[in-house]
Amino acid sequence: MKLTVWTYEGPPHVGAMRVATAMKGLHYVLHAPQGDTYADLLFTMIERRNHRPPVSYTTFQARDLGADTATLFKASCQDAVDRFQPEAIIVGASCTAELIQDDPAGLAETMGLSIPVIPLELPSYSRKENFGADETFYQIVKTLAQPQERTARVTCNILGPTALGFRARDDVEELTGLLSEMGINVNVVAPLNATPSDIARLPAAHFNVLLSPETGEAAARFLEKNHNQPFTKVVPIGVGATRDFIKEVVAITGKSVAVDESRLRMPWWSRSVDSTYLTGKRVFIFGDGTHVAAHARIARDEMGFEVVGMGCYNREMARPIRALAKEYGVDALITDDYLEVEAAIEALSPEMILGTQMERHIGKRLGIPCAVISAPVHVQDFPARYSPQVGFEGANVIFDTLIHPLVMGLEEHLLTMFRDDFEFHDDAGASHHGGKAKAKVEETVDVPAEPQGDNVIWLSDAERELKKIPFFVRGKARRNTETFALEKGLHEISLDTLYEAKAHYAR
Amino acid sequence: MNVPLTPANGGCRTAPILKERGQREVFCGLTGIIWLHRKMQDAFFLVVGSRTCAHLLQSAAGVMIFAEPRFGTAILEEQDLAGMADAHKELDREVARLLARRPDIRQLFLVGSCPSEVIKIDLARAAERLSQVHAPHVRVLNYSGSGIETTFTEGEDACLASMVPVLKDTKARELLVVGALPDVVEDQMVSLLTDMGIGPIRLLPARRIDDTTAVGENTVFALTQPFLGDTHAALERRGARHLAAPFPFGDEGTTAWLRTIATEFGVSAETFEAVTAAPRARARKAIAQAAEALRGKSVFFFPDSQLEIPLARFLTRECGMTAIEVGSPYIHDALHGPDLDLLPAGPQISEGQDVDKQLARARAARPDLTVCGLGLANPLEAEGLSTKWAIELVFTPVHFYEQAGDLAGLFSRPLRRKAVLQMEAAE
Repeated sequence: MKLTVWTYEGPPHVGAMRVATAMKGLHYVLHAPQGDTYADLLFTMIERRNHRPPVSYTTFQARDLGADTATLFKASCQDAVDRFQPEAIIVGASCTAELIQDDPAGLAETMGLSIPVIPLELPSYSRKENFGADETFYQIVKTLAQPQERTARVTCNILGPTALGFRARDDVEELTGLLSEMGINVNVVAPLNATPSDIARLPAAHFNVLLSPETGEAAARFLEKNHNQPFTKVVPIGVGATRDFIKEVVAITGKSVAVDESRLRMPWWSRSVDSTYLTGKRVFIFGDGTHVAAHARIARDEMGFEVVGMGCYNREMARPIRALAKEYGVDALITDDYLEVEAAIEALSPEMILGTQMERHIGKRLGIPCAVISAPVHVQDFPARYSPQVGFEGANVIFDTLIHPLVMGLEEHLLTMFRDDFEFHDDAGASHHGGKAKAKVEETVDVPAEPQGDNVIWLSDAERELKKIPFFVRGKARRNTETFALEKGLHEISLDTLYEAKAHYAR
Repeated sequence: MNVPLTPANGGCRTAPILKERGQREVFCGLTGIIWLHRKMQDAFFLVVGSRTCAHLLQSAAGVMIFAEPRFGTAILEEQDLAGMADAHKELDREVARLLARRPDIRQLFLVGSCPSEVIKIDLARAAERLSQVHAPHVRVLNYSGSGIETTFTEGEDACLASMVPVLKDTKARELLVVGALPDVVEDQMVSLLTDMGIGPIRLLPARRIDDTTAVGENTVFALTQPFLGDTHAALERRGARHLAAPFPFGDEGTTAWLRTIATEFGVSAETFEAVTAAPRARARKAIAQAAEALRGKSVFFFPDSQLEIPLARFLTRECGMTAIEVGSPYIHDALHGPDLDLLPAGPQISEGQDVDKQLARARAARPDLTVCGLGLANPLEAEGLSTKWAIELVFTPVHFYEQAGDLAGLFSRPLRRKAVLQMEAAE
């Protein structure tokens, strides 16, 4: 038993729903109690889908438990097939139905349906949403993919994008365009918008592009092993990763191409002088493993940030993220407990968080700006505009995403210069974020400051001076000064200590 | 006093009810925690359930309430199911840890879920044991919010019903008003009744644990929500008497609800008129403004919160709408009867759901406004139907006079929005 308030991932059957909802011509018959239908709203509200997810729930109640839930399942299954006429169905159980052990797979098999029935075994009490999606997609591919001739031209499949994926819609479009520039046609994108007959055609492609390892890796490995299709290991998020991805594709296809980079603005935007203020900004990165790895590289190598911590919530990615963190000289935080993430962020006091909607809330609480870079998603993560993460346009989009939460170059200087201005002060916040500017409240520091950290006491003049430092660097100034004082064996921080520390850390 | 006239063509109380059993597109009772934990400021709701339960609560909350909310889920793991861990010991440990961290918590609800009920974790026994451990500072109660036992608002019903047996005994003649209302609405209601000279007024649930809410054979009680069937039964078992009335939505419903109580307490017609005249006039004015967009339009209710029948009564009688179908997850005559009496005959009254069949009926009828859950709203909008999300009716202050205009506004806004959006090229 583990007490949880907010979760990064839903149960595994929600992962299966992400695959089913992404596809066309597939139906999911889910043995589940009344109430589990809440999951429909994830798709119709968060993603604004204009169709109900193709899921039939048995919605059994207590009175059915005494009677015959197995018959109820079979009736739902037959109804779904008759009403929706899918090309194939997937069948499974949610957490409660798993306990009553009706065996949906066996029941569906005895019904003699004329379409493929794909049974799912998703252990609800040990695994989570990403596993559910990955496993479901793998089972679908394993059942439906047919051995066949390769296409005459070089083609690939794009694997992994699902419903409720982070920017999956636009990533598929951007990636398809990039591949097309390289003279490679896309054979099938799956599961997003694929039909069961499209899945059957997967082996016709020469190789696979694995866009979302979280949800497509098991299928990619299966296709590699059984249909001899290599798959790409680089996810092209960021400038460097996109260039690496192009090299990887060239190595697979043996076709050398010059890709047009004229739309790529990110490198110049990052080199231009206004971006100087980004140098060394301390960032903490948290999300799914794939996006965290991509953003670590972007943060350090392409934005010039300092990565002070990173981690992921999906344990499946623990090993690569631990290795990566070691390379960056930081500790990896592998957890799905947001309180642990919050504690880590509070301790590190970064200047910015690259995270999920969960970290956005943490950032709001701690007063640290946050850019959202990964699922779990929120209605805001489905923008109306074209907003990919992969490829060259993705790199442009990410640059904008990462600088938006920050106070901008000249504004930062003005805040520092006129920090005692009654209107133009810390609590007013960044000028482009709207919200009413608050009038400055004069604070008086008369109580002796609480000891911070290991018995270092802030004297009141130093504490007052610290408050004059703009909010977006105050956390760092406090930390640096305390570390400096500890190193010097000081127990009190005076105004002089503050400025000695400032000189010590000058860069 | 203005007695509402029953419809000339008869009401719906004796109309045949279409009873359906099939896929039900509804929330489970755990959802009630979202508003109950805001209402009871010293209560914590601990769901004993699965990752699905936690995910539901976070999804239904829509925007996450990030000040550490007063609810959480003790997620069952494989070892709990395999019997390797004693579920009760695990629960004791989690509760002790929680209460140590949150000394402000005075009442703890252990909330049963589908999995905890299927594997038969005895939460009543756990609540009894934990009450002894943590008394007198914390009172521990239990109820089921599981989908196999409860539909959406029935979770609140189960929660309030679990509190009835621990209410103190009283011989006093008191009015008990039952149902979680937003504080501002509750204050308005108390002030109306107090101005008529009615009192003492006790509330269930109270905002904080208290000793003043008591019950006995001289208690009369009024329900503010139409989904409190089990609480109704539990209070009757304690000897209290129910004052059956239409529910306090709109001018007419509010007046009828107040009048039932006023009559019971012998309030004179003059006093009643003096207290209610001004807010009634305001309510009528506000309804008239918001109802302009609703007059002559048709409405179709999917079953959701059991508010459907009283709301259909409000929309047809006070806003000029025609009801095509009024679906409710459950219909209790003792609670819904007075509203059914007033609802003009005509609409199909349905209980339960087979969602695909009901969708086919809605598509055939093409109502001007469809009231449905969040899972159905956007798909129906995409088919050209205007919709109102039902959950907003539970999360928004809509009871009594001062909110009557807002209530009509919730229904008229989707229609007004449809009318204002113009995206065609100019002529």
